[in-house]
Amino acid sequence: MKLRHLTDTFFRYLFLVAGVSAIGILFSIFIMLAINGLQTFADVSIAQFILSAQWNPSAFGEPSYGILALVASTFMVTVGAMIIAVPLGIGTAAYISEIAPSYIRETLKPVVEILAGIPSVVVGFFGIVFLGPLIADMFNLTSGLNALNGSILLAVMALPTIVSVSEDALRSVPKEFKEASYALGVNRWLTLIKITLPAASSGIVAAVMLGVGRAIGETMTVLMATGNALQMPGSFFDSVRTMTANIAIELGEVPFGTTHYYGLFAVGLVLFLMSLAVNITSEHFTKKYRWTRK
Amino acid sequence: MTSTAKVETKNLNLYYGPNHVLHDVSVQILPNKVTALIGPSGCGKSTLLRCFNRLNDLIVNTKIDGEVLLDGKNIYGNGMDVVDIRRRVGLIFQKPNPFPKSIYDNVTFGLKINGIREKKRIAETVEKSLNDTGLWEEVKDRLNTSALELSGGQQQRLCIARALAIEPEVILMDEPTSALDPAATFKIEELVSQLKKKYTIIIVTHNMQQAGRVSDYTGFLYLGKLIEFGKTNDIFTRPKEKLTENYISGRFG
Repeated sequence: MKLRHLTDTFFRYLFLVAGVSAIGILFSIFIMLAINGLQTFADVSIAQFILSAQWNPSAFGEPSYGILALVASTFMVTVGAMIIAVPLGIGTAAYISEIAPSYIRETLKPVVEILAGIPSVVVGFFGIVFLGPLIADMFNLTSGLNALNGSILLAVMALPTIVSVSEDALRSVPKEFKEASYALGVNRWLTLIKITLPAASSGIVAAVMLGVGRAIGETMTVLMATGNALQMPGSFFDSVRTMTANIAIELGEVPFGTTHYYGLFAVGLVLFLMSLAVNITSEHFTKKYRWTRK
Repeated sequence: MTSTAKVETKNLNLYYGPNHVLHDVSVQILPNKVTALIGPSGCGKSTLLRCFNRLNDLIVNTKIDGEVLLDGKNIYGNGMDVVDIRRRVGLIFQKPNPFPKSIYDNVTFGLKINGIREKKRIAETVEKSLNDTGLWEEVKDRLNTSALELSGGQQQRLCIARALAIEPEVILMDEPTSALDPAATFKIEELVSQLKKKYTIIIVTHNMQQAGRVSDYTGFLYLGKLIEFGKTNDIFTRPKEKLTENYISGRFG
């Protein structure tokens, strides 16, 4: 009796400590990010930081700390990735959940989910040795390491999440809705477009948001595949440097405690806020997509 | 009588994979009458109902032998358009299943899919269908609110209105009141009696009093066989088969 009581208490506190420390560690990281990042603004005005496209912290005499080009690059590569991944992902999800016979569904879904496990460095490598030369050839460019390359690779990396979560959303649409539609003489295609997809829409939006989150935060692949030129991107054939790649490239060489050092944390802070916004949006939509019926 | 039947099955057999679900069912459904199908759970009455609009097609491994005639034409025959059949034969489900859309969009869904775009005609159909189901007065001021906010009974009447909007010839009802309270059930039953003036109705029910109240003809199914079919009055007062009598008097089921 007493021993049992003790074990019970012991485990309760063990799990409490585990839970609290996980949250505590993550929160400390955020605090560190914020404290370091905000010190940038002792030297750099917030307006310059956000509005200038010039990121040149090591320029002699007049260093500049504008993240606009970095943000634009991240934005461009992410949007490009979504233009490819969203239609493809939703199409695949619709095929798996609504059209494929069960044996194909049971093989295809795990296979797609396994694709999420390919290390990003491998995807990046593929971008350098295969996709880069291919793009250069196709469009007659000197180098295929550009925003398009990064977008395609990020699309591939975001696909498993988008497919898997959209498929769950489509599958959770009650079959009564579909049957009601068929019983009104509506064919499968229109039922999918008019009933099933709209009914699953909040889940699909959540899936897309998770995919966006994946693409924004990805570092190694874009670092390897986009060429990393520090410039305001003009087209998808330009070499770009995303926020993540910039931090990864520069943080290794920057002297501790300099404005440049803090500036990289500030970039990280902005990135964090962007991911947070995306996650909150996706959370909002995920919550909505459970069916409540009377 | 053969020539006047609206819907008819001839030696209908249905298999779900290895399970022989319907055995040699031959039945004639008369126009503008309410025909009830009764029998214990799993006797095949819902399956039979779903043969009339080919909704069983959606279940894989379903095999059908025999004929189902709609106005004398076999709906399982070659060249029959299943979409067209389902437009002519509507189905009301056991659980009210309005779409997660507004009340208005639920009623207009079938019309819009059928390519009807004239605003006036759509508005008229909405009012008429909702009127026919007694829902118009209750919802006319909130046609744009979600159908899921209606009560269960209202939802079921909306589903009937949705089916009526595309002007079917036959209405199938699969235990339409089993999820409803007595007051809502009463309204649906009244509605069924109204609707038979214009439509041919086949209703599956678990509730024998309901079959007695609403139907003109009754078929009793047991283990996938049509045991007895006749005028409701005869079935309930002078059943020919011992099995029917046992079921009706509540000895099993």
